[in-house]
This record gives sequence, structure tokens and C-alpha cells, in this order.
Amino acid sequence: MASITLDNLGKVYPGGTRAVGDVNMQIADGEFIVLVGPSGCGKSTLLRMVAGLESITEGEVRIGDRVVNTVEPADRDIAMVFQNYALYPHMSVRQNLAYGLKNRGTSKAEITRRVDEAAEILQIGQFLDRKPRALSGGQRQRVAMGRAIVREPAAFLFDEPLSNLDAKLRVAMRLEIKELQRRLRTTSLYVTHDQLEAMTLADRLVVLNGGQVEQIGTPLEVYRNPASTFVAGFIGSPAMNLIPSRAVPHLPGSAHAGIIGIRPEDLAVDPDGPIEMQVRAVEELGAQRLVHGHTNGADLTITLGSHADLHDTLRLSAQPEALHRFDEKTGKRLA
Amino acid sequence: MIENRPGLNALAHLVLILGVVVVALPVWVAFVASTHGPTDFMSGTVPMWPGPHLVENYAKMLDTGLSTSGTPPVGWMMFNSLVMALSIALGKIAISILSAFAIVYFRFPLRGLAFWCIFVTLMLPVEVRIVPTFQVVAGLGLLNSYAGLSIPLIASATATFLFRQVFLTMPDELVEAARIDGAGPMKFFRDILLPLSRTNMAALFVILFIYGWNQYLWPLLVTTSSDYYTIVAGIKRLADVVDGLPQWHLVMATAVLAMLPPVAVVIFMQKLFVKGLVETEK
Amino acid sequence: MKRTIFSNQLLPWLLLAPQLAITFIFFLWPAGQAIKQSFLREDAFGINSSFVGLANFTALLDSPEYLNSLKVTAVFAISVTVVSMGVALLLAVAVDRMLKSSRTYTTLLVWPYAVAPAVAGILWWFIFNPTVGVMPYVLEVIGYDWNHISSKTDAMILVVIASAWKQISYNFLFFVAGLQAIPASMREAAAIDGAGPVRRFFDITFPLLSPTTFFLLVVNIVYSMFETFAVIDATTEGGPAQATNIMVYKVYFDGFIGQNLGSSAAQSVILMLIVISLTVIQFRWVEKKVEY
Ligand SMILES: Nc1ncnc2c1ncn2[C@@H]1O[C@H](COP(=O)(O)OP(=O)(O)OP(=O)(O)O)[C@@H](O)[C@H]1O
Ligand SMILES: [Mg+2]
Repeated sequence: MASITLDNLGKVYPGGTRAVGDVNMQIADGEFIVLVGPSGCGKSTLLRMVAGLESITEGEVRIGDRVVNTVEPADRDIAMVFQNYALYPHMSVRQNLAYGLKNRGTSKAEITRRVDEAAEILQIGQFLDRKPRALSGGQRQRVAMGRAIVREPAAFLFDEPLSNLDAKLRVAMRLEIKELQRRLRTTSLYVTHDQLEAMTLADRLVVLNGGQVEQIGTPLEVYRNPASTFVAGFIGSPAMNLIPSRAVPHLPGSAHAGIIGIRPEDLAVDPDGPIEMQVRAVEELGAQRLVHGHTNGADLTITLGSHADLHDTLRLSAQPEALHRFDEKTGKRLA
Repeated sequence: MIENRPGLNALAHLVLILGVVVVALPVWVAFVASTHGPTDFMSGTVPMWPGPHLVENYAKMLDTGLSTSGTPPVGWMMFNSLVMALSIALGKIAISILSAFAIVYFRFPLRGLAFWCIFVTLMLPVEVRIVPTFQVVAGLGLLNSYAGLSIPLIASATATFLFRQVFLTMPDELVEAARIDGAGPMKFFRDILLPLSRTNMAALFVILFIYGWNQYLWPLLVTTSSDYYTIVAGIKRLADVVDGLPQWHLVMATAVLAMLPPVAVVIFMQKLFVKGLVETEK
Repeated sequence: MKRTIFSNQLLPWLLLAPQLAITFIFFLWPAGQAIKQSFLREDAFGINSSFVGLANFTALLDSPEYLNSLKVTAVFAISVTVVSMGVALLLAVAVDRMLKSSRTYTTLLVWPYAVAPAVAGILWWFIFNPTVGVMPYVLEVIGYDWNHISSKTDAMILVVIASAWKQISYNFLFFVAGLQAIPASMREAAAIDGAGPVRRFFDITFPLLSPTTFFLLVVNIVYSMFETFAVIDATTEGGPAQATNIMVYKVYFDGFIGQNLGSSAAQSVILMLIVISLTVIQFRWVEKKVEY
């Protein structure tokens, strides 16, 4: 168990691509941190620098009190779960789990104990003698987790571990990972581009954009007070409406802001509301409806209960505290 | 595609049967000849059906050979061939897999140059550098030795390329997982890379064994002592009789024996053989 | 390119050492020697040698024997390539029609790959042997007096047959693979368009097979120019009257038997240039990737 500290961490690839810049973060012991952001924003790069698979070109990484910049991955006391699992195809599940321990010179008895324990936790006991090829995607995923667990490392690193699973299995595994982490209390750094996964798993979220940290905070903080239009648009589904203030001149505070953000669920039908929305399309989701339209030329989406009446034009209102104000140029949140 | 043209199908069968016959003809003739006695060739026509001397002829050749031709017993030459073929096949696989590992999994100065050095060996078959290579081997005192028979043929760009290709298709995450699991380069090579390349090695082995066994020019040059004659190179010495006719039945028995091991390898390991052939040409 | 690599600097050199050592000692150094010797001429006693510039090369190109060898090599290489590829293509097309029996036929056709060229030479030499061979006996019936010991044409035919025979199986395998790679839908579409089997072959199959054909063309030329040394040595030894004295055989003969090192080296250099151009052609147009 250990904390992880990133100090002005940056990465410039040999070709000159800057993948990560100036990341500062303190991950507490036992904390579950999720790195989230769109494809290519540097999540994997950041994680791999912590793992030691990518050289660190700027700043430093500390695991516990130790600067690990030049420490071999194996000596960083971390374990990693890969998107494609990276199980050794020619080894049985048991051998896959045991390989790292064997290399560390762990005693046979101890290896057996830990493998059996991990197998028990992950319910893969009956597969221990199979080769990975004979397992389903979900089972392979568990084995990959098992390989990390048996090591009893100071930290787990996950790089989109669920993205090769189908939607249903992904939800189930997400829950399991959450439970597992609660049980083991191991510091975890988890990469995903799925904001739902990020919201449900994280103690704290790190939203990355173009290699820079946009915001760090608990899921609710980030959801309620997105630090920028980027975060506001990225976290939450359907995404927050980001409307130029001139399109909604009657909303409180719109005079001082370039961009007003309102979550779709925060807009309510109100015959006296200040916003007039022309409805363009309706998506029926069963429990609710997504209504898409525009107001004064700005796109707008709202969620309505499935019994709400629909008209070609709707008048809408929002609570003042549900409004988010952003600077037009920088996209930063205004107080 | 299903097509109902019985005539065409019959023609295809005919072509194939004819092909099989033509391909098999020389071997059949050789086999038949090897089962007859010396006098059966005097009449001027070669018999077309096996005779009664099979065991006798083969036993004689394997055991004592034809001392008049200055060659050792065929059994001994086959042993030499086996040693040469195995050394060449295993040697090529060993040094190629190591160099492919170095080229794919490391970055070091002059890596490109090393790669090209290996690549140019493709363009220098032994036939075009016969004399100087012979001089080098003679200078190193390797004439009449198993080392001299095999080592100069061991460098192989083809095998290196094959392994390089195999390694390049292995996912990066495998090395990364191994590194996190505490495996250094050699441990990774031994525990992960080697086991995963097993079928490629087997396929390559089949091709290289045949290549090694069938060497002719090189053994001819570097063996002057009959102790090191290989069967493929020795067979010509058997057929070359200064005066009189060759002992056809014995020469053909030797030819059959010379074909037997590599042909058996192709027939019994056809899958690996085809895989090896196709892969080495990629 | 691998993403994750090991950072050791010494280890890769140790791993490369055996291959590089063998390459230097037995490939690059001798090739360098051959190039050097091709510019030198030894005196009658083989003690001193002097630089003679391109004299060895010009002497070669003035020598009727060498020009003959060039011509013989061309005739031989083209004949072997055409015969072995033609027969192999015919067999491959026939096998491609077979559903159940294709494996059996394939097994029965591929094994000559394993026969050493030298042994192939001996086998055909025996079959065509003027005194005891089967073929002269058969040919006599149809009125042809076969004798490869005296007839230049017969000798050439003999070495072509022996060399082509051995190569059929190789070409066959690649043609079969090439045919199988052609999507059935193409031929089906042509069949629906009303093309008969022969038309289909020339309009669809053969053009789509051209990468395989081209690749085999290069491979067969290389084979017939270099690997057939053993066939020649085991049968005609270049004779009669130089009729089958292909270039590799002449290099060997002039260097080892004739002890004419300068000329042999010059011939080696010419052969090297030929292999290099063939390799370049193969890698350029057969789309082999040489990036590392
Ligand atoms: N080896 C490399 N060399 C050069 N540039 C690289 C390398 N690896 C990644 N990059 C670049 O660095 C940036 C960040 O890549 P990274 O893989 O960290 O993104 P990511 O956030 O993990 O994306 P994804 O969600 O698609 O996995 C990208 O622009 C990418 O093109
Ligand atoms: Mg990634």
C-alpha cells in the first residue's frame, strides 16, 4: 500500500509529440483514481509512465516516498491490467497468475496460497488448469485481474480493462472491480474513456484533455461544478447544454458570461419559462425521452418523463443554481 | 463453386495421375534397379519390376559400401549427413532467433547496419563466393570437420526475417506484462518468446533439415577425407567409375537411401513443411 | 516497431554476435576477397599478383567460352523455369478442381522438393543412360537416337528435365496457395456472366494469379542459376563441348580445377551482381517489406 505522487509530470515522445504536460497530483493510499478523457488525450501515456513502461521526460513519479523515475517496472511494486489482458497464451491460468511471483522468488507454498485465494475471490477456481484461449472474454478479464491481485502490490494500474467486453458484462465487471477495491483497499489508477465507468468507480476523477489536467475532484464535484466547458461536455450523459449567452438573454447572469451550461435534466417544461425551444426530434428511451431542438439558433437537449406532452415549441425554465457560467474564450468556469 | 462438367473433372484426374506418374517415375526406376543383381543390367534393358536382391543390396551398401570407389559405407555417410543437416538446421534456428530477438526488442546504435549485414547474406549464396570461402575455411583449419561442413552455411537472413516477422506480430502488451512480472530480457525470451515460437521453429526446422541434408557443393569442397563424406556428395563418387560401367544397382540403392530421410520428413510432416515453405518466402 | 523495448546496450550485440561473426567470416570477407581478386592477376607460379584493373572482366567478355556460358545459362534458366512452372500450374489448376482428393494428390506431388538436386541428377542420368536407361529404349522405338554424352541438345534436355522435375513440387504448392486465395465469388461471377472454364482461367484466374507467377518466376530463375550446380556436376559436368556449362559451374571449374583465380573471381563478381539485382527485383516488386 502506498500513495502515489506525480510532480510536474510530462512526456514528450521522441518524435516531438507532447503527450502529457505538467501533471501534478497526489493519490492517497487506498484511493481509487480514474483518469478519463477522449481518445489520444494521454491517459495511457500517463499510466504507463507510472508503470515504468514509458520513460519519464519531465518531472517525477513517487510511489510511497521513493522516486521511481528510473526504477524498473518490476521493482515499482505495481501491477497492471491491460485492455487486451496480455495473458501468456502458452501458460495455464495458474501459471499466468504465478509467473510474477515465481520471478520474485516467492516460495511455492506462498504462491499456491495466493493463487488459490485470488481464484476464490474472482471465482476462477475451476479454470486454473485451462489455457487463456479456452476462456471467454469475461473470464480472461478475471484472470488478468487475478494476475494483479496475487502480487499484492502497492498499486493497481488499469488501462481500459473493460473495453473489450460487451456492454452487459462491462456493467457487471464494473461493480466487481468496485467491490474488490473496497475489500483490498489498494491504491488504484484506472484509465477509461467511458465517463459512466469513471463516475461509478472513482473516488476522485482526473479529467485529461490534450495531455493537461482539466479538473481533479470527486465524481459529484466534477459533475456539479465542471471546471471548464470541456469537462462539462465530457462528464454526464446526455451531455450538458452549452449555450452562447446571447441565445438565452433572459437567464440570470447571462449578461456576464460567454457561455451558459445547463444539464438536460435541469431544464423543466414551464409555460412561463424564459427559454423557448423549437423541437426537432424526440428519442424515446423508455423510462424517459430525449428531446432535441434549438433556441435562438443554439442546440438544446432536454430529458422529459415519458408521459410529458410534446409540442412543436416548448417553454422551459431552470433553477438559477443549476446554471453554470463559463468564459467564452478560455472555457473556464466563472465563479 | 459447384459445376457439373464430368468431362472436365475426368480430364483433371487424368492430368493429375499423369503428373503423379511422371513425378514418381525416376524414383520407381531407381528403386526397381536397386532390387536387382549386377547381371540384370547387362542385357541392355532395365527391368521395370522389383527383383529379389533388395535386402542384399541395401545391407551391403549400408554396411560396407563400395570400397573401390573410395567411399565409406553408406550408413556412415548417412550419419555424416545427419550430423551436418542437424547442425545446420539447429544452428540456423539458434543464431537467427537470437539475432531477430536483438533486432526487434532492443534499440541500440548501428542497429540498422547490423540488420543490413544480415540482409546481404541473402545476396551471397555459396555458389558465388566458392573459392574465397573455401580459402577462409581452409585457413581456419576446418577442412574435413563437421564444423567446416556446417558453420559456414549457418548464417541465414531468411530465418532471421521469419522470426522477426513472428516477433513483430506478438502484442506489445506481452513484453510489458512480462516486465511488470519481473522478467528481464533473457527470461522473457526463454519463458515467453521461445514457447510461443515453437511451431514456427518446427516448420523452419523441416525446411532447414532438407536444405542441410541436400547440400552438395560445399561438402564436396571441404571434405577430402572419406571419413566426412556425406551421402549426397558421396553418391557422385560412387557413380564415377574410371573404367567400366557403374554398379547401377548399388548406386541406385544409395540414391534411394539419400532421398529417404528428407522425403520422409516432407511426407510425415507435410503440414509443418508447407507452413515452413510459405513462411520463409514471406 | 515495438513500443516497449529493453534498454540494455550490450546484450543485443551479444545476441547478434554469432550471426554477425559467421556473416563476416564466411560471407562478407570472402565476397570482399572475390571482389579484390577480380582486379588482380596471379603470375604463373601463383606467388605474386598484380593489379590489372578491369582486365579480368574484359578478358571474360572477349572469351567465347564465357559468352557461350552466358548463352547456355540463359537457355537453361528459361527452359527450367518455363517447364517447371508450366507443369506445376497445370497440376495446380487440376488439383484446384478437386474437392475430396486434393490432399492426396498434393501429398503425392510435393515430395520431390525433398530430393537433393544431385540425386535428381543421378536419377535422370540413369533413366536416360544410353546403354541401360529406360528412356533411350523408348525413344528408339519412336526412332530417336538419344545420346546425351555426345549430343549437345540431348545433354541440355537432360539437365533441364532433371532440374525442372525437382522444382515442380515447389511451384505447385505456391500455385495451389495462389489459386485458393482467389475468392470463389470472382469465378462464380464470371460463370454467371457466361464464361466457360477455359475463358474463366485466362480472363480471371491467370491475371489474379500474377503476383504468385511473378514471385515464382524470380525464385525459379535464382534456383536454376545457382542451385542446379549439383545437377550439372552429377550428370554432364558441363559437357559435351561446354553445352551445359552454366555460369556457376564455370566459376567452380575455373577456380578449383583450372586454378584461374582472377577469372573465377571476376565471374563470381558478375554472378553476385546478378543475384543482387534479382533480390532487388524480388523485394521491390514482390512487395517484401525490408523495413526493420
Ligand atoms: N510511441 C509513441 N510515439 C509517439 N507518439 C505517441 C506514442 N504513443 C502515443 N503517442 C501519442 O501521444 C498521445 C497520447 O497517447 P495515449 O496513448 O496516451 O492516448 P490515450 O489517451 O490512451 O488514448 P486512447 O483512449 O485512444 O487509448 C497521442 O497523440 C498519441 O498519438
Ligand atoms: Mg490508451
